[in-house]
Amino acid sequence: MGVTASSTTEENLDWGGGNQPLKASYGKLMMWFFIVSDALTFTGFLVSYGFSRFKNINSWPIADEVFTHFPFLHGIDAPMYYVALMTFVLIFSSVTMVLAVDAGHHMQKSKVTFYMLLTVIGGAIFVGSQAWEWKNFIKGEYGALETRGGKILQFLDAKTLERVSIQEFAIGIETERTTQKLSNGIWFQDEIELPSLSLAEVKKGFIEDSNLLIRTQKLDKNGEKTILSREESLLKLNNTVAVVEGANLIHNEYGNRLFADFFFFITGFHGFHVLSGVVINIIIFFNVILGTYERRGHYEMVEKVGLYWHFVDLVWVFVFTFFYLV
Amino acid sequence: MAAEAHKLAIFRGLLKFKSNQQKIWGVLIFLSIITTIEVALGIIKPEFLMGSFMQMKILNWIFIILTIVKAYYIAWDFMHIRDEKSGLKNAIVLPLVILLPYLALILLIEADYIFEVMNSGFVAWNF
Repeated sequence: MGVTASSTTEENLDWGGGNQPLKASYGKLMMWFFIVSDALTFTGFLVSYGFSRFKNINSWPIADEVFTHFPFLHGIDAPMYYVALMTFVLIFSSVTMVLAVDAGHHMQKSKVTFYMLLTVIGGAIFVGSQAWEWKNFIKGEYGALETRGGKILQFLDAKTLERVSIQEFAIGIETERTTQKLSNGIWFQDEIELPSLSLAEVKKGFIEDSNLLIRTQKLDKNGEKTILSREESLLKLNNTVAVVEGANLIHNEYGNRLFADFFFFITGFHGFHVLSGVVINIIIFFNVILGTYERRGHYEMVEKVGLYWHFVDLVWVFVFTFFYLV
Repeated sequence: MAAEAHKLAIFRGLLKFKSNQQKIWGVLIFLSIITTIEVALGIIKPEFLMGSFMQMKILNWIFIILTIVKAYYIAWDFMHIRDEKSGLKNAIVLPLVILLPYLALILLIEADYIFEVMNSGFVAWNF
């Protein structure tokens, strides 16, 4: 030190240790590191979703037709309202989190407690909503047939051009077999739950009702699904191999199966983030009540968890856009 | 960090708030308005926004731009990036701003190419 000129020692003050060049504590910096890397992970998911979508750009499911449910409104077509509500819930719980952080800066314990509680409730509502959304998605609504090439055929009323559920027109035939369950097998083997209708029943019902048309998953120039004529529909029926009800990782009545895979994966990963966020928020909430941060002299822990919580909100903004809007 | 360390102006100083709490509510209102616009556009789907710009609908461009605006205000005001030192700010934002569009761009171009190959090839995919 003595050898260097005095002017350089003054410039190098930041490197002498004992101070914070970024004016942020160790914990906060690490939280930011985590957020940046997690942002890259989510980008990987969303970009691969975009990849699959652009690859199948002329046959991708239309989100407005997939997510049409709203609680207590049965049979009413309400695209997007529910996710919009979920978005508002999450933004609002983000706001209560900032308010908690702000109250923490002023060392107002009761206010922090109150706002943390609201944040936890908001997060819980969001996770619950997502579970409900998943339930509807998995259960499906109209049912469809799958062709040999893995394409989905949906059914329409020829006059109104509205969707028709396969349950409505299928004609019952003596069922040839039931789902093989673990309990009644000769060997310990079961299989995936069979659809409630067999392929033959749906086919028979379609042939006998001349008022039905088939809609393929291919999109026309206006971005709407192609509707086949009655003759084409009957021809197409020969290529079908399975009945699909609802969606899972293998079959998807809404269209391209990749759509369901990405939906489960991305919203599931995000939902898991929200869930762990809620758990962490609850821990912090109880720590606030116990006065841990009051004794520590600062509420920085609330701020760090807040960063994570806002990040979850931030990711949802993108998931919302790319899954439901675009 | 003391309360007076917050920067209380948004929209490049167009709108100044008296306290941090007021700013939070202000940002909430702003984010809500944007979300409402998004949802309304998504439901109405106005005909004049259905034109194509750079292989994507104008409506979709609007959605993406509004999303980025929302992301900016969540990060800057809720996550307090506005109040951080520029070193920390850049360390967080620059890697993401550089890497994410780059990754999206190359993968989407590649996907578009694969679509063309599958679409114009002699192999039937739709059977």
